[in-house]
Amino acid sequence: MSLNPLYAGIDIGSSFTKTILLNQNKEICGTNVDFSGVNLQLAAEKTLYAALPKNSNLFDVKKMVCTGFGRNNFFLDHIIPSKITEISCSAKAASFTYPDKTLTIIDIGGQDTKIIKVRYGKRANFKMNRKCAAGTGTFLEELALKLRVSSADLNSLANNSSNPENISSYCTVFAGTEILTRIREGAKIEDMIRGAYHSIVKRVIEIDTIDDDVVVTGGVVAHNPVIIDIFNEELGKTVLVPPSPQFFVALGAALFALESDS
Amino acid sequence: MTKSPPINSSEELRRISKEYYKGLEEASKDPKRKIAWCSSVGPAELLLAMDFEVYYPENHAAMLGASRTANNYIPASVAIGYSPEICSYLTSDIGAYLNKETPFTKAYGIKSIPKPDVLIFNTNQCRDVQDWFSFYAKEFSVPIFGINSPSFIIELNQIHINTVAEQMKEIAEHLEKITDSSFEKIKLEEKVRLSRECSNLWLDVLKKADNIPSPLTFFDGCIHMLPAVVLRGNQIAIDYYKLLKTELEDRIKQNISAVLDEKFRIFWDGMPIWGKLRSLSDQFYDLKTCVVASTYCNSWIFTDFNQNDPFLSMAKAYTNLFINKSEIGKINYLKDMIKEFHIDGVIFHNARTCPNNSNTQYGMPKRLEEHTNIPNLVIDADLNDLNVYSEEQTRTNIEAFIEQLSGL
Repeated sequence: MSLNPLYAGIDIGSSFTKTILLNQNKEICGTNVDFSGVNLQLAAEKTLYAALPKNSNLFDVKKMVCTGFGRNNFFLDHIIPSKITEISCSAKAASFTYPDKTLTIIDIGGQDTKIIKVRYGKRANFKMNRKCAAGTGTFLEELALKLRVSSADLNSLANNSSNPENISSYCTVFAGTEILTRIREGAKIEDMIRGAYHSIVKRVIEIDTIDDDVVVTGGVVAHNPVIIDIFNEELGKTVLVPPSPQFFVALGAALFALESDS
Repeated sequence: MTKSPPINSSEELRRISKEYYKGLEEASKDPKRKIAWCSSVGPAELLLAMDFEVYYPENHAAMLGASRTANNYIPASVAIGYSPEICSYLTSDIGAYLNKETPFTKAYGIKSIPKPDVLIFNTNQCRDVQDWFSFYAKEFSVPIFGINSPSFIIELNQIHINTVAEQMKEIAEHLEKITDSSFEKIKLEEKVRLSRECSNLWLDVLKKADNIPSPLTFFDGCIHMLPAVVLRGNQIAIDYYKLLKTELEDRIKQNISAVLDEKFRIFWDGMPIWGKLRSLSDQFYDLKTCVVASTYCNSWIFTDFNQNDPFLSMAKAYTNLFINKSEIGKINYLKDMIKEFHIDGVIFHNARTCPNNSNTQYGMPKRLEEHTNIPNLVIDADLNDLNVYSEEQTRTNIEAFIEQLSGL
């Protein structure tokens, strides 16, 4: 695989920073993910350096696009990153991964969820979650904290359930309380957790109509594959999941970086 | 980045604004002069014809929003029982009153809002003005009179107009008792004439934005609309809009655009986000996007005023408002505006505490897009309550929308 030059896409999210490096042939040469924390510059630098393939250095990166929550927070001496929103980057990645398809992309992130429609390879419109973080990764983090389980365990517990409980509360905080109350009343923890995933999916499909081929992506999907099964159930069709959902947006950013060089 | 030159008429606007507010302060100290509080699209001409000084609480509330102090006062209203979900003009204004504070103090050295002798409202925009003014009627022990207007009108007819006109005439009778003077029709005719001329000039000003590139933005409009709101019926408003109109015509001749390298033109539906006018203006500027027109600024255009038939024409003008139209009426209006102003995209502001001014509630954005093929974006925010405004999410939404318009 020829490496140089390299094109970087850095998705600086509120929870995680993801970097992808492509070569001129659009092949992935390196990836890295780390917590964003409060120092977004540091997080982006760390993942960029860690993503560099062996025998490459930063000066091999010819063009860079930053996206996500922290897209305006990254600076390098030798290169000025372009900034493009994660919505456009997601659509770009989808058009590349699923060419010539009419798609609805569902991207579930740490603090927001986006539904993006792609028509004939071009972004047609988009909608984001409104007003609160119900239906995002934050909901699951809060739930894990309340139940004193790790975020990783949530997916396994949900997989053990075949009878999800309905959770009525919209509010992340009140939903957590509702779950604890029902467990105290005898509900199985795995049924409540699977119910929580169902709750996320319900919040998501309220955002916009879901039609054509559906791509489900984002960090939440990457770490909670049970949500894919639930989308299949609720939508009555098999959704498409890209090879690396957590890096999807960064991929789109890197593709924009590459395009800007031609 | 080099900025476009500011609008010079702003200096005169500052002068006449100060004069207006100081005038109210003087009137409040003079027992011979009477002050009426009026809702912003209430029968101001009637009050002016009966020699009231007119104060508009909504204007005060907008200043609370623009000065980003509204959230200091909303809790006081909530504490006495008003819901945080209702009109944040109401909750911030009453809260400021309870705290005995006003943005007039910092801006003009005025210690307090002027005490009313009478309160006059019209429900042509919402019911909230009635509750709002009722609070003050009780506080100040002064009479309150209102016009209950028909709403969500599919087609305005004579019955609608007569209903409103009769209520206005009844108010005139009450005002005679308060002022101890007779209503003079000739004075009302003159005030209606002046308001009509003001309205015509304000329309001319706003229409300058149909030029490509536009010499002004919606954010400019939110500032320069002040005379149309609080000074209509007075010659000074006419003089001001003549000045502004001339300056905008000069800017067009010299190709001075409000947004350098204007690439995209946006229509703004709904209320301004008062506390974020500057930051939104800057963001759109950086994105080379001009928000050229709005439903809000056009709300003070009253082409139905006719001095030869003051009561009926006022009734028609104050009922024939965009906010008062049915969904179909609103869509047809927006279609015309999109065409007139060469619009690339529409932004709908879903104001949490102003449902009547938020046209996102019943599927209009989607329907409008089906009619026009013009894409739209919905922003969730509020007129005054910044607690419900997510800066980051709004900025990303706007940026992504402009990227979409650019074909990215």
